[in-house]
Amino acid sequence: MAKKQIETDINYNEQPKHIRMRPYYIIAPGMIILIGIMIPFFTAIVLSFTNASYRIPMEQWRFNWFRNWLSFDTYEGKVLVGGMLANPDFYHAILVTFIYAICSTGTELLLGLGIAFLLKKDTPYSRVLKVVLMFPLMVAPAIAVLIWQLMISNSVGIIEKFLNLFGIFNFPWAASHNTAMFTVVMIDAWVNTPFILLLVLAGIQSLPKSPFEAAQVDGASGWFTFKTLTLPMLKPFIYIALLFRSMAALQEFGIIFALTKGGPGNTLMNISLTSYLTAFTYQQPGKALPYLLVLWVVVNITAKKIVEKQRKYAKEAAGL
Amino acid sequence: MNTNTSIEQAANNKKMQDAFIELGRNFGLTVYGVFAIFPIVWMLLMSFKSDAEVVTTIFKFTPTVSNYLAVLFRPDSDYIKAFIQNFIVSGGAVLLTMIAGVPAAYALARYDFKNKEGWAFQILSFKFAPEILVILPIFLIFQRAGLYDTYFGLIWVYQLITMPLLIWVVRGYFEDISVEVEQAAQLDGYSWYAVFFKVLLPLVKPGLVASGLLAFIFAWNSFTFPLILSGMKVQTITITSLRYMASDAVHYGQVAVAAIVAVLPEIVICLFIQKHLVRGLSFGAVKG
Repeated sequence: MAKKQIETDINYNEQPKHIRMRPYYIIAPGMIILIGIMIPFFTAIVLSFTNASYRIPMEQWRFNWFRNWLSFDTYEGKVLVGGMLANPDFYHAILVTFIYAICSTGTELLLGLGIAFLLKKDTPYSRVLKVVLMFPLMVAPAIAVLIWQLMISNSVGIIEKFLNLFGIFNFPWAASHNTAMFTVVMIDAWVNTPFILLLVLAGIQSLPKSPFEAAQVDGASGWFTFKTLTLPMLKPFIYIALLFRSMAALQEFGIIFALTKGGPGNTLMNISLTSYLTAFTYQQPGKALPYLLVLWVVVNITAKKIVEKQRKYAKEAAGL
Repeated sequence: MNTNTSIEQAANNKKMQDAFIELGRNFGLTVYGVFAIFPIVWMLLMSFKSDAEVVTTIFKFTPTVSNYLAVLFRPDSDYIKAFIQNFIVSGGAVLLTMIAGVPAAYALARYDFKNKEGWAFQILSFKFAPEILVILPIFLIFQRAGLYDTYFGLIWVYQLITMPLLIWVVRGYFEDISVEVEQAAQLDGYSWYAVFFKVLLPLVKPGLVASGLLAFIFAWNSFTFPLILSGMKVQTITITSLRYMASDAVHYGQVAVAAIVAVLPEIVICLFIQKHLVRGLSFGAVKG
């Protein structure tokens, strides 16, 4: 009898329907909610082929097929090229998106790795730091912008006062073309470096002892050990961190919007901000959606590439 | 004799070198530590400064709570309202996620059904969908359906933030419990529901609470959703705080209060869920 009871949930294929179907109805509520959110996603694809605009009533929205993407209209005998692909703003947005993603993820990766190795040795100081360094990670990007605006403000900021000591006055920060990107990347790095730090520390903790002892016995140099043992073993962790960070950085909206709304001029207009501006300021969601679909494709391809690499390195690390 | 001194010298050199490395290490850590923590400390200091002293002083000043009074207790200030509403929206989102997500996480951990990994990755992919891409059509639908600027609307959309996190992390915690535990309980004659609620849930409780709190922080921090999908009725802290900086006569002390009150609960939670942070933030990919 008892044995049969165990099997009730193991061989559920031979069991009554309500037990066999259990996994499906357990998972159903979660899926219904998520699919409910996904319906708009398909709406988005459809709307990207229409002239959707808040300036005209919804009843007049019509399909205009690829005109949001690329269109060749004629006006008084001349061919006018329009749509996203003919718009220089689009290429600028792509460029800004990638520069931002590479700069912020790169900075965070280097900083996170460096600090993780400094924290490797177990001292009371490093134990305290491992806790408090995580605090910025909890701060909302919008609030982080607020905090840094107070830090770098030319009237009350402590950094301004610090720079004054070196004879630098009114450093432009977010107000200038040249320093705006640096400023947002700095804020992004402040918030998100702890994330990479956390994952790399977890990786360092998981390192097995014996290969390193063997390397030491064989008299391997520190750099050689790092290059051939530590780094390959940490790569799976680094790539997970890279995946999460680059996904978020490619889509970054909050920090840039809260700091400069994409300015000065169009310096920080990445794809997210350009589409927000098109949809809500210019009130033309139909024209904004192609930008977002391109972003979605970019994000997906990047994610896939990184996941593939992560799996490869995880296999290699397991074989070491 | 000669060899002895040279060995001593070498040992001394090594000691010197170690001391230098140690010094460099602590210096590097301190520089980064200041970069990471000082902005929060500066915020705290600033929140106690009067409008005049904000400009003229750095560390020495006469503390005042007038900023806190102005932001938190003045009748025309909507900060407390935003705080409470943010709490309702984020808490509601986590609650709904728990109710719908924990069973789903269990199913993904225990049962073998068709295309299981496919479902799991589908859930994860919601996290990577560009937020504005999802919001644009939702904005249209919400305005038609009367969900724009309502609690329910925001709670529903926040599932996009909280649900993938909770399902993926809690799934890992369920997988950590061996099947024998369940079987033993079933042997004792417990029904499936009794096993789930009386045996499994208590076992995953620490992980469940930690990931719930982390999901709460994610929801609390959300900026894009409330920016587009809520107006004057339902406000969140991230949106309301920005207005303190945007006004013409900026009261910097009040901005600092707005920031510090938004951040403080999160830092407390961070200390509380310390041990589960790696696992939660990596969606269960790294089991720290």
